[in-house]
Amino acid sequence: MDFPGGRVPFASALKFTGGSFQTQPPMDCYRTIDSYGVAVPGADVPHELSQDLAVRMYRSMVALQTLDTIFFESQRQGRFSFYMTSNGEEATAIGSAAALTLEDTVFSQYREQGVLMWRGFTLRQMADQCFGNERDSGKGRQMPVHYGSKELNFHTISSPLATQLPQAVGAAYTLKLSRKPAVVAAYFGEGAASEGDFHAAANFACTLSAPVIFICRNNGWAISTPATEQYRGDGIAGRGPSYGMATIRVDGGDARAVYNATAQARKHAVENQCPVMIEAMSYRSGHHSTSDDSSRYRTTDEMKQWRARDPVMRFQRWLVQLKWWEEAQEQALRKALRKEVIEALDSAGKAAKPPLSEMFTDVYDELPWHLKEQQDEVLKHVALHPEACPSDMPVK
Amino acid sequence: MKDDSRAMLFGEDVVFGGVFRCSAGLLERFGKERVFNTPLSEQGIVGFAVGAAAMGYTPIAEIQFADYIYPAFDQIVNEAAKYRYRSGGAFNCGGLTIRTPYGAVGHGAHYHSQSPEAFFTHVPGIKVVMPSGPAEAKGLLLSAIRDPNPVVFFEAKMMYRTAVEEVPTGDYTIPLGKARLARPGTDITLVGWGQQMGVLERAASVVEQADGISCEVLDMRTLLPWDREAVEQSVNKTGRLLVSHEAPITSGFGAEIVAAITKRCFLRLEAPPVRICGYDTPFPLVYEPVYMPTEAKIVDAIQLTVKF
Repeated sequence: MDFPGGRVPFASALKFTGGSFQTQPPMDCYRTIDSYGVAVPGADVPHELSQDLAVRMYRSMVALQTLDTIFFESQRQGRFSFYMTSNGEEATAIGSAAALTLEDTVFSQYREQGVLMWRGFTLRQMADQCFGNERDSGKGRQMPVHYGSKELNFHTISSPLATQLPQAVGAAYTLKLSRKPAVVAAYFGEGAASEGDFHAAANFACTLSAPVIFICRNNGWAISTPATEQYRGDGIAGRGPSYGMATIRVDGGDARAVYNATAQARKHAVENQCPVMIEAMSYRSGHHSTSDDSSRYRTTDEMKQWRARDPVMRFQRWLVQLKWWEEAQEQALRKALRKEVIEALDSAGKAAKPPLSEMFTDVYDELPWHLKEQQDEVLKHVALHPEACPSDMPVK
Repeated sequence: MKDDSRAMLFGEDVVFGGVFRCSAGLLERFGKERVFNTPLSEQGIVGFAVGAAAMGYTPIAEIQFADYIYPAFDQIVNEAAKYRYRSGGAFNCGGLTIRTPYGAVGHGAHYHSQSPEAFFTHVPGIKVVMPSGPAEAKGLLLSAIRDPNPVVFFEAKMMYRTAVEEVPTGDYTIPLGKARLARPGTDITLVGWGQQMGVLERAASVVEQADGISCEVLDMRTLLPWDREAVEQSVNKTGRLLVSHEAPITSGFGAEIVAAITKRCFLRLEAPPVRICGYDTPFPLVYEPVYMPTEAKIVDAIQLTVKF
């Protein structure tokens, strides 16, 4: 019979589904390289990685690891105010980013610096943003790691969770209207998926057929809250089909699997003008941020076990087996990257802050009278009290 | 929680003690049915709390940062605030208290620095409380929890790490809706709340020493309903008024105070009331030192107002 809510079959059995009546096994987790870096025999690999691409992906993953390690230490030394690493999730970031094009638009959370880096954001640009100096395109207004790049189609990050998801759907809808063969990639964590905006985004994406790829980084932890307290049911992927969305769960530590899942999702989304959901299973090996000490709420054993499953090392083993990579290259790469990251930080730290008057620009397209007045007021105040202005900030 | 078996505490990350350690040790004392983590959803946290309160429980809900309270705005404004009124008094969610850290902290930028109190003082049906220190916070929080109306309780984030103060161990309450005379004086009334109180008191000391200006400093403690009488009495004595808050100046709660006091003390005023507040921009990271309503700005304003 056709109800307005849908065509449904009748049954005479009184039978519940779900909850404690659940009989379905969890959705499979797709992988192509096992935890030891060995290719899984017979794995579907519709988008095989060339040596050149694989090596570039590996270099990016090492760059991301190096960036995170040194920026984290640098924050600890008090050189800038805050940092968040993506340790443990390098393969998710780089694997997915490599399957997108620069024509695609990215809406991310705050732990996807690898995606931006893959798209061409330089270490120096990252350092400039973290220091909030005059070269930072965000003009020093946001906390570190809140990157953005108009040129790279990467919308500026905000801290509130899941707000980017319905926005990503709206953006994807405009791609559809403009008949562009491109998608929006929307990144978020499994914690953010508890926000109302997640539901709205998933439902809108399906009902309005928007070419958006939802990429959930299920890293197991939302600050101190484990995934076991975040949801019941079959994770985030388990929700996808209920919305009417093509969905896949993937091993987030397997860069080749993430790449293939994303490439296939992109193809499907563009060809069919519809959303796709990917849940990448991984582990947040680092603290939530530099303001967090995760040893308060999770065991050292758990952290050690997962650090041993380093996705970068896993990908490297696979490359070495193919003779696409060797130890000598490894040392040279890590040394060069270390130098590059340190130089980026040194340069960013020496640069001046943006000028004082920029505090008031970009609130609107033009300064309204009241902001003009406030701008004059603060300049006058600093003229009277030069010590009120940070010494590395030009008064103009 | 010891005295009220229906009191429960929940929010994001409260089980391990909370990101500001406010709930440390509570799980161990009161168990996981009454102290628990929720999924990450502010509208969920507040909606859940409204429901529990409507059943006669005493939910103490934590929103991790006031900057993240907006998804819960609908639950607060349309639900919690109107629960009693819309049912003709048949139902209420008066047991509800929402605790949330607010304010500048030195490096919080847009999303870890906001002072959104004025959005909430515009909502008939809730109370808004902003304590200025640890001992004040304890007495006001106990009052907020026991108050038969929903209360939004803004905690001064900067003070979690900077405040050092003896806090009485026993049970005590500080009445809601009553201001605190932080410093008696005769020449100008300085009004503030929350972590801005420290700045006002330092400015008062500076002008006393430098210029011999005697400031009367009032800590509002509660913004809704606010203690108009206390401000009125003080301004009738001093003839001058300065209000200061971190939130942007336009439509800030300072505007309400200035408007009300101008009307009631018009003939007694010897200078235009002045507001020293945040600017009308999002809270900017590198500009924080100049964005803030600092001691220097307040000192200048006091001097100008007294010389007016």
